[in-house]
Amino acid sequence: MQLYLPIADLPVNVFLVLAMGAAVGFVSGMFGIGGGFLMTPLLIFIGITPAVAVASVASHIAASSFSGALTYWRRRAIDPALASVLLCGGITGTTLGVWTFTQLRALGQLDLMIALSYVVLLTTVGSLMFSEGLRALMRTRRGAVPPRRTHNWIHGLPLKMRFKRSKIYLSVIPVVIVGIVIGFIGAIMGIGGGFILVPIMIYLLRVPTSTVIGTSMVLTLVTMLFATLLHAVTNHLVDAVLALILMVGGVTGAQFGARAGQKIRGEQLRLLLGLLILSVGVRFAIELVIRPEDLFTIRELGVST
Amino acid sequence: MRALLALLVVLLLGSAAQAERLIVSVSNHRVTVTPNYSGEELVLFGSVEKDATTPADRTAYDLVVTVMGPRADMVTRRKERTFGIWINTDYRQFLQVPSYLALFANRPFDAITSPEIARRQQIGLNNVRLTQRVSGDFADVVPNDAFRSAFIRLRTERGLYREDPSAVTFLTPTLFRTGIPLPAEVPIGTYEIEIKLFANGALVAKTETAFEIVKVGFEQFVATTARQNGLIYGLATAAMALMTGWMASIVFRKD
Repeated sequence: MQLYLPIADLPVNVFLVLAMGAAVGFVSGMFGIGGGFLMTPLLIFIGITPAVAVASVASHIAASSFSGALTYWRRRAIDPALASVLLCGGITGTTLGVWTFTQLRALGQLDLMIALSYVVLLTTVGSLMFSEGLRALMRTRRGAVPPRRTHNWIHGLPLKMRFKRSKIYLSVIPVVIVGIVIGFIGAIMGIGGGFILVPIMIYLLRVPTSTVIGTSMVLTLVTMLFATLLHAVTNHLVDAVLALILMVGGVTGAQFGARAGQKIRGEQLRLLLGLLILSVGVRFAIELVIRPEDLFTIRELGVST
Repeated sequence: MRALLALLVVLLLGSAAQAERLIVSVSNHRVTVTPNYSGEELVLFGSVEKDATTPADRTAYDLVVTVMGPRADMVTRRKERTFGIWINTDYRQFLQVPSYLALFANRPFDAITSPEIARRQQIGLNNVRLTQRVSGDFADVVPNDAFRSAFIRLRTERGLYREDPSAVTFLTPTLFRTGIPLPAEVPIGTYEIEIKLFANGALVAKTETAFEIVKVGFEQFVATTARQNGLIYGLATAAMALMTGWMASIVFRKD
């Protein structure tokens, strides 16, 4: 069934988009991530312009992280204090991100920047995660105990604050900075940033695993809602019809993914996720290096009627 | 005074009146695009009316139909290889060019008239005026300019620019018809049609008509709201996201 997307200005097959939403939802449920880094590229590959893809995926991620956050809230697995400090940074970062997005779009370099950020971020995070998963897998094979966590330089920073639910005593500076970075790249790349945020919170901020996913989902939810709003106001690029189809597919797929994820061991899960992230990054890298089919592109600057 | 003016106009028109008159009509003056619209074809009918002053030997006519969609500014960008990757480097801005452009005729354009008249009357995609902004200046460039030809090629690939020198058929020596194909992603707005009649290479008559493309239904409502009420639209989308997420957490609640 063909449906015309009003903002993307493109007819698409409803079932194709629904299936894409479900597939990405499955993966995101399995790994406990938003899945934006898969959804945005997939939309770009089916012909939706990167700008519309990024803006519309933001609302899709907001939906899936809201349903996740509600579940974590009921389990009391969200640290409200930590989430609010992260959000201070997140909102600032998102505003900066959407502003940069608008500027890049006017310069005609938005598509390039989206592709470049994907290459840099995904290949880095992907290879780190893959190698870490590989090491962890080897360790469990050998039966060795994981190295004990020690405090690092981040814990020497001033402006410390006590986060009761997470039982940590931490400076607000790194927390706000992490929020800004995640908000910024989220707005430009159309990702929730959970797959970067969770490792950062665990390894750098030493947030316990009991509250890390729930709290990161709150940040994702609010930054993505805010990004949706800003993209809608400044660039008029949010395709609500596309977003709705993605949401319905995504939240359904996520439920089955979550069940599948429980059957796989943690190390293997990380290894798989690392591989997945890495392959998306490589896919974008290839796209940039090979000669494009057409060197010319046209952009309409609005019909004057 | 007004009557005098009207008389003058009639007299002037009368003196300038040509030996032929064109009478045309399109099959539909208002095309509505619904969400499952996948393109359609309009039909333009017309006839050549001769009068007493028509030279008796004039029997063979040629016809050129130009369809122009709403005008818009467009930017064409060119990628070049920089540091091993392909980057948009150079660009040209096309000012107020038709978003849809179709040129139809009953035989090849160069057989209808001389290159000089073809250029002046903008017959053929190569002769249509596409104004570019070149470092502060406004000008159309030579037809084989890289940006101009890329622009026309890309629009043609999307079915938005087209020329077909065999689309017009003469049913009788004076009665003609042509189809106007409108692709699925046709821009909305007012479309102008110019019909030019040639005889022996000279322009003998000219007329104009128009049709309108409007989008209706939910999809158009969404597009309009997004453009005009960005804030409300954004809030509605955000609310929709929250609703979907909330509903999912209820539907799939395990405990």
